[in-house]
Amino acid sequence: MNINNIRKEFPIFDEKIQNNDLVYLDSANSSQKPKVVLDRINDFYSKQFSNVGRSIHYLAVAATNLYENTRTSVQKYINAKDKNEIVFTKGATEALNLVANTLGQAILEPNDEILITELEHHSNYVPWHFLRKSKNIKIKFAEINEDGDIPIENIEKEITDKTKVIAITHLSNVTGAVLPIKEITQLAHSKGIVVVVDGCQGGPHLKLDMQDLGCDFYAISCHKMYGPTGLGVLYGKKKWLEQLPPYQGGGGMINEVKKDRISYGELPNKYEAGTMATAQVIAFDQSIKFLESIGIDNVIKHEKELIEYGQEILKKNNSVKLIGNPKERGGVLSFTVEGVHPHDIATILDETGVAIRAGHHCCQILHDKLGIPASARASLGVYNTKDDLDKLNEGINNCKKIFDL
Amino acid sequence: MNLKELYQEIILEHGKNPRNLRKTENFNKDAKGNNPLCGDNVHVYLKLNDQRKVEDISFEGSGCAISMASASIMTDLIKGKSDNEAKEIIEDFLGMIKENPELKNNILKEDDKTKLMCLSGVKQYPMRVKCATLSWHTLVSAMENDGKEITTEN
Repeated sequence: MNINNIRKEFPIFDEKIQNNDLVYLDSANSSQKPKVVLDRINDFYSKQFSNVGRSIHYLAVAATNLYENTRTSVQKYINAKDKNEIVFTKGATEALNLVANTLGQAILEPNDEILITELEHHSNYVPWHFLRKSKNIKIKFAEINEDGDIPIENIEKEITDKTKVIAITHLSNVTGAVLPIKEITQLAHSKGIVVVVDGCQGGPHLKLDMQDLGCDFYAISCHKMYGPTGLGVLYGKKKWLEQLPPYQGGGGMINEVKKDRISYGELPNKYEAGTMATAQVIAFDQSIKFLESIGIDNVIKHEKELIEYGQEILKKNNSVKLIGNPKERGGVLSFTVEGVHPHDIATILDETGVAIRAGHHCCQILHDKLGIPASARASLGVYNTKDDLDKLNEGINNCKKIFDL
Repeated sequence: MNLKELYQEIILEHGKNPRNLRKTENFNKDAKGNNPLCGDNVHVYLKLNDQRKVEDISFEGSGCAISMASASIMTDLIKGKSDNEAKEIIEDFLGMIKENPELKNNILKEDDKTKLMCLSGVKQYPMRVKCATLSWHTLVSAMENDGKEITTEN
């Protein structure tokens, strides 16, 4: 892959950000968008716009076909068995809320246990927390080890007869740890436990193969995968999506509505109530094509080189402490600098166009465990270069200079 | 934008060695504040005597250089003031951070005003204003003693 050609596909890199070239190291938060995706949104609204799935005029039929094309592309990209296993949502957060809510309604009983991990993003904890109140469900946390990994033994020892669901991230947005989802799923399924995967960081950085992973649900955030905001994908095994109740009610998700009874539509309409993020769905097809044109194996190889380089230079930098040392690290380098608060680091880096994130990254449980209120995080996309990481390192040195360290 | 204006010597010094970073013994008013976006938190303790004078003020918590320096300078300047004077200083400081070019109160000495004005650098950094004001809003809550936890996100 040619990194310069890839960068040229992202118009934002032609912009000056406060008179600086942009060094974008916040892709775990949200990735930048290639021109094909932006053009597709504009073209659809300019030349082809109609709502989908309702009217029978030409534009409506054409738009519906485009919308469904993306569903098929996603199905193929993640190797799902059936296109009806792909549900569009307003984000990965909604996808995880959908699963927690409907599993809560359909299969969970008081005192049942949900097993999550200390790595989880708030969006894979809070939706389950709702069930503590509404259904008296217990939540257990599998612990991280000193490297910021979750070894499978730490999952296994928390499983009891009451464990009904394991909800777990594919790739930690703080330590970068890649979790062994396939092995965890095999273990869980041998005990009749449902596996829900938060794939927000897995989506852009890992090969997605639902048949290989074997999990029951997988939530994807499209805006982290070079796609538009306001869109997520929920993959759910057909047996689950057919069995579980609807999540939201409205137009498009029904079969028949009478004063005394309502029947619901078939998959995937059952879970797509109301007018969906039509343009975003149609444009997301271009994000998938963009990733396919590079090849996920090349993306992984490129990002692995960058991660190794980033670890190397940050380890050499005195007073920088990397968070986590996982066996397999994807896409993320979180760190602290002794004597400089992460917010001050972020402000100082921003002055030279280096965009990182500082805070708890929606992982307060993990930061409490690590005994720090916040961390700084540089996260990668396919467009990043070693030069970007050098600028990060220079920025950190500038922080040390300002703080007289 | 100018980093030098944001990270002035006084800010860095107070950020490194915050004054009154402890818990007042026998405090009779307190409040907690937090910034959920970044996880920063502060707990302000106050001892008001019978003459409604701030006998002691202190804080606990963690945060960036701006928030630690702001809490440090705040506690230094509020100590020994009457509650009405304290309220006037708080209002003046928050007004300055929000829109006023300078401080208007006649309570603080000029060099104390200069110290406070060092925090005006955050005006150019909208995302950092909350760092400078969190401890002040928390002090207001403590003085009103309504026990309400202050959050920067409402």
